[in-house]
Amino acid sequence: MNRTQRIAAAAASALVVGVLAAGCGGSGSDSEGSGGKDVTLRVNLFGQFGYKDLYKKFEADHPGVKIVETAEGDLGKYNTKLSQQIAANAAAGDVVAIEEGQTVNFLQAADKFVNLQDHGYDKLKDAYLPYVANATTSADGKTTIGLGTDVGGLAMCYRRDLFKKAGLPTDREEVAKLWPTWDDFIATGEKFNTGIKNDKIHFIDAATNVYNSILMQGGDETYFDRDNKLVVDSNPAVKNAWNLANKMIEANLTAKVQAFTKEWNAGFKNGSFATIACPAWMTGYIKGQAGDSFTGKWDIATVPGGGGNWGGSWLAVPKSSKHQKEALELIKFLASEEGQMGAFKSEGRLPSLPALYDTPELKDAKNPYFNNAPIGQLFVAGAKNLKPVYLGAKNVPVRDAFENVLRSVESGDRSESKGWPAAVKAAEKAAK
Amino acid sequence: MRIRDRFAKTEARVAPYAFVSPFFIIFAIFGLFPLIYTAWVSLHDWSLLAGDQGYVGFANYRELFHDSDFWRALTNTVGIFLLATIPQLILATVLAQVLNAKLRARTFWRMGVLLPNVTSVAAVGIIFGLIFSRDYGIVNWGLGHLGVNPIDWQGHRWSSWLAISVMVDWRWTGYNALILLASLQSVPKELYEAARIDGASAWRQFWSITVPMLRPTIIFVSIVATIGGIQLFTEPLLFGSGVNAISGGNSGQYQTVAMYLVQQAFTGQRFGYASTVAWVLFLIIAVFAVINVALLRRIKSVE
Repeated sequence: MNRTQRIAAAAASALVVGVLAAGCGGSGSDSEGSGGKDVTLRVNLFGQFGYKDLYKKFEADHPGVKIVETAEGDLGKYNTKLSQQIAANAAAGDVVAIEEGQTVNFLQAADKFVNLQDHGYDKLKDAYLPYVANATTSADGKTTIGLGTDVGGLAMCYRRDLFKKAGLPTDREEVAKLWPTWDDFIATGEKFNTGIKNDKIHFIDAATNVYNSILMQGGDETYFDRDNKLVVDSNPAVKNAWNLANKMIEANLTAKVQAFTKEWNAGFKNGSFATIACPAWMTGYIKGQAGDSFTGKWDIATVPGGGGNWGGSWLAVPKSSKHQKEALELIKFLASEEGQMGAFKSEGRLPSLPALYDTPELKDAKNPYFNNAPIGQLFVAGAKNLKPVYLGAKNVPVRDAFENVLRSVESGDRSESKGWPAAVKAAEKAAK
Repeated sequence: MRIRDRFAKTEARVAPYAFVSPFFIIFAIFGLFPLIYTAWVSLHDWSLLAGDQGYVGFANYRELFHDSDFWRALTNTVGIFLLATIPQLILATVLAQVLNAKLRARTFWRMGVLLPNVTSVAAVGIIFGLIFSRDYGIVNWGLGHLGVNPIDWQGHRWSSWLAISVMVDWRWTGYNALILLASLQSVPKELYEAARIDGASAWRQFWSITVPMLRPTIIFVSIVATIGGIQLFTEPLLFGSGVNAISGGNSGQYQTVAMYLVQQAFTGQRFGYASTVAWVLFLIIAVFAVINVALLRRIKSVE
């Protein structure tokens, strides 16, 4: 054997050993934890849920249980991976988070999740906002796959310093009075543009974010009716949101950045937009992106059109989990009053348990980063006006298609008149 | 005695197969089975989460044939492939020639060209995304000094193709140069000496000796580059960012076929249709490989 051959042989045997070891690894973990001792729970989340202290508490109450969290920053990537794992019925972890837009999707594979109705869901469900309690229950009402954690009660975050520069009021009550409706919001934006006299600073970040917020306020249905039939062309809520977003583009109010991109993140740091549609969880994101130097420069007012929702999550236990008993206990704890308050305190995630809305802890909560805005009251006001919205199984591809066309209008690649027919056509294709 | 004889005989017959079997077993599990299973899925209306919705024959293939998004993705893929691969192979050949010359600190340079390749693709994607960023990118900053207006690199077809090609070339040129260098070193020096005595210019030596001697390696390198280029996925995916990066730009201007496949499977939940895309992609790669070999055969070989 010469040297290359030897190396090749070594590599080949290493490969074979590796494959065998991987095979054994799978069966090895089966036996662990069956005796109720030394259980490792893998929690699979996206973004920041703010559960660190809650894990410590759970671990202290359950000796032998260790919690390992993996958090994917990119929601698109997270959904892709979770779909793969659920479809394959393997490796999804012991607890997974399901985002609002994906609930209907995962209900198609309800048999791959532990049915919470077999574990006392009847006693729990009445405590949640009705829309949260129903979103993860199958159409026949027999299966529930997830426990609600937070909701994305909507408000509007704005930059006090930029408003001042543009000659607009800065006080949050006054600002709220500027925009009872979205048309008023556009008018305010036009005033902002003439006042700020700087074409690098825009009134809003992106047309799509406002568009989605308006659409979710429309209530009941968006792209699909409850029979999962595509209704983009006949649902006035879609056309209304579309038209308003186009008006904002026409008035040159947007910074033309795409949400959750590097440019968007840089926009927070460089202060290239003055307002952003702001669900409760966004406060944590803004603080993380803009950084400490913007403390007190941001503030929060109510959203035009009153209330609304963007995002929100549910926790579920996949059937592939080997520690379902412990995992169920964990999600019940995280979705309980104590768990939801913990997430509210650390990441600003708004609870989905209305009983918490009247507690002084939430009512009096203020966020120093946002100029001591009474976040509890502001977001609770948004959540109380929340109308349940049905999102079809193909909501995400259709929403992506609509957003893409809207962005192409925003960037000037398409004229406004060509935008709507193109969006409808793209939606029809994506809904297949 | 007899039993042992028979055993020895059988062993002699079976052993060679046993020795080569690991490859075939692994290939059957990880290569052949997925290939056939994908073909089977592609004949069904198959939702990723809801499962098999029934046999549909070649309906997916018929739909794909009329799918303008697929053709757009294919155009993007071929465009980026040509824009990336041709300069890359030329550059790699030249680079190999340079690295073969007597240089100071030769090993350092040779190792150096491999560095881009060992860098994590994710890091490459992020860095290049920043370099080509519209508002705060270094390329636009440089162009600004030359009086050029900032270019929205992600926004247009040509600019996104160009940026992605640069990313691909940055990663793979050095790697290919090393492979070519290895084969360059096996070219007998006498050939060059003889050519020099005959008064051949450097260009003539390169074209009449180096290129023909490198032919098998060039075929290998270009087929590998073709397979990689047609399956191009990570670079364009990371070039865009955000929740919906898989759609490759607002109007799919830099969505490759591999990205379209993943989008259909995981965003669109159309597992059957995505399998169809996968199979067609496989056939396209095969066609390209054949074209490649046919074209490169025309390079004269020195036996």
